[in-house]
Amino acid sequence: MNNPATLTWLAGHELKLGWRDWVALMTAGRRNRARTVAIALIVFAAFMHLFAYWIVAGYADAAVAADTATLVGITGTLVLSWSLLLSQAMESVTRAFYSRSDLDLILTSPVSARKVFAVRMGRIAAASVTIAVLLAAPFIDVLAVRGGARWLSAYGVVAGMGAAATAAALALTIALFRLIGAKRTRLIAQIVAAVIGAAFVIGLQVAAILSSGSISRFAALQSPWMLAHAPDTQSAFWWPAHAVLGDPRALVAVVALSFTVLGLSILAFSRRFGEHAMAAASVGSAVVRQHRWRLGFRRRSPARVLRQKEWTLLARDPWLASQTLMQILYLLPPALLLWVTFRDAAGSYVVLIPVVVMAAGQLAGGLAWLSISGEDAPDLIASAPIAPRRALRAKIEAVMGMIALLFAPIVAVLALESLFAAFVSALGILIGAAAATLIQICFRTQARRSQFRRRQTSSRIATFAEAFSSIAWAATSALAAAESLTALGPALIAVGIMAGVWIISPKS
Amino acid sequence: MHSPASAKRPIALAVRGLSKRFDRPAVDALDLTIYGGEFYALVGPNGAGKTTTLRMVVGLLRPDAGSIAIDGIDALADPVAAKQITAWLSDEPMIYDKLTPFEYLEFVAGLWRIDTKAAEARAHDLIGWLGLEPHAHERCEGFSRGMRQKVALAGALVHDPKLIILDEPLTGLDAGSARVVKNVLRERVAAGGTVIMTTHILEVAERMADRIGVIASGRLIAEGTLDELRHMTGKTATSLEDTFLTLVAEPVVAA
Repeated sequence: MNNPATLTWLAGHELKLGWRDWVALMTAGRRNRARTVAIALIVFAAFMHLFAYWIVAGYADAAVAADTATLVGITGTLVLSWSLLLSQAMESVTRAFYSRSDLDLILTSPVSARKVFAVRMGRIAAASVTIAVLLAAPFIDVLAVRGGARWLSAYGVVAGMGAAATAAALALTIALFRLIGAKRTRLIAQIVAAVIGAAFVIGLQVAAILSSGSISRFAALQSPWMLAHAPDTQSAFWWPAHAVLGDPRALVAVVALSFTVLGLSILAFSRRFGEHAMAAASVGSAVVRQHRWRLGFRRRSPARVLRQKEWTLLARDPWLASQTLMQILYLLPPALLLWVTFRDAAGSYVVLIPVVVMAAGQLAGGLAWLSISGEDAPDLIASAPIAPRRALRAKIEAVMGMIALLFAPIVAVLALESLFAAFVSALGILIGAAAATLIQICFRTQARRSQFRRRQTSSRIATFAEAFSSIAWAATSALAAAESLTALGPALIAVGIMAGVWIISPKS
Repeated sequence: MHSPASAKRPIALAVRGLSKRFDRPAVDALDLTIYGGEFYALVGPNGAGKTTTLRMVVGLLRPDAGSIAIDGIDALADPVAAKQITAWLSDEPMIYDKLTPFEYLEFVAGLWRIDTKAAEARAHDLIGWLGLEPHAHERCEGFSRGMRQKVALAGALVHDPKLIILDEPLTGLDAGSARVVKNVLRERVAAGGTVIMTTHILEVAERMADRIGVIASGRLIAEGTLDELRHMTGKTATSLEDTFLTLVAEPVVAA
């Protein structure tokens, strides 16, 4: 048994908390779901292995040589994955800073706070490494089964990537704290994390679009320019790629370097972590004075005050706004594609429409959750002299109003090229957003707005239904814009999803 | 159990045969009559059904059986009309962190369709009475629990309700804030309003309430003025705490 307050004892405690947190996330806090979740995970793992087989089996079969093209391809994939890991690690580090939970207990206990925070950082690193390994496992397994055991060395590289991503996330977040202070770091770190996660994908897509008109991220990686300007195959730059291909020396170097950097980061930042966590905890009590251009009360209907309240709350919460609006970032590549292709040929809007409709559906789902489930004063609304249907309608109007405001400019640009395309996309946006909102209404649960990040775990059915509904309406819109009768297919699927949601949603 | 004087006063709240069952009966065929201009305290042990009863009265829970009339309005048949004259304040102040107290009151006034000028004047008065003036235009996110409770109380009063229902309104308040809340409630009763309050602080019920209802296992087991309750227990010189413990213990002994 470990002695209390030692590093191993604290690590055991963190591990226990981490495990319980993960189980709660998976089961949405319901113990009787453990078996269902276990079966779902097994099915998911099997599906991922099939998916991985479809993607990488061809590479495993071929005699892969460590030439420049292969090294560029593997390194590009690693950088892409690492940027996503870094983004995720930054989210975790920022969340650890701003989660007050046991901060008072830690700081008032006779245990060295530095030791506790070092263990906490280790927990974040362990989570990052585990996520990286689990996500990569199906691909590595398929490569190893088909191409030989040498591919198993990729596990080491992936674990090293998780460790390095955590080290970089710690350095970046601490740097943000020092540069812009605790008050702004939460929002900026959130944006930086999203931009890092999206930047590499978007950057490659932009390069691919500008060079070849294709939206594939691999087109840019294998371009003659890239291959001509790549370092020599023996350069240290390619160590991670060599390690993936089974070079034991490169593997040892990559793993040792990654974990050494992580260890040094934890050592260097554990003291500051406590200081910044305390600074972050006091952010909530900072006074924010609201200046109004008009001090008097305004005469408005109950529905209008409800809509206005939703818009005001979102406008005043940049962290939540960034959480919901960040997916707009992914509209940049298709928008660029539109701009590039509009110069030469008509009809390319078919590529843009599904992306826009999909984004509208996902955004509406998030906003609907905030407005309907994330109502912070449910008793006030329920005890007000306004019919529940009218209150709900006002909230839906608030959501749809925001969607209209955000997507109207895109539809307007489309209208310059084709009125029909603009009409179809507007209709797709409207229906996709309405469907996502309806799903949120069917699966509404009472929660705090600040729990927005956990909305996807409160009802997995709602999350999947929302995603599949958005995809189906996106496909319908694209095919309808192309004037194809096959648009009826995904439309029927979307209607089927809504019918399923209606049948299985809790009736109360 | 009603005094002859109260029998002539208008009835602010009439609850008949109210029942609600979760995994066990929470409220069991409860009858309750509260008169206009009365300060009524509902006391009882944890899980007795106090909050469930009041949540049904304000329309937050649908009863399984029974009727609720607020100022003669059938609250189950016409909930909007009943809510128009009712205010609810829960033990956990639910306000919007990103709104200021002034904006919160404007929001509540809008929901209750109160005349803008009258609501604004009342909001200024309430903000003054509750000592919120220096913070009227600050977002509530940095407020202490006491300040949040005061904002929520101002929200409950800004639409000038005939019936104010409060669930443990003094929980977590410091002595100064509690005094302010008690004074505001007394003034409402003096002005003809009706206040129903649940509380675990029996001293508050003893000092403030015109009548006290004791609820246990979802049933009203005793009701009356403090003297009437003492008389029921046969111990005339005891505090409400002793009286309450005797009343609550009796059904258990009887069982």
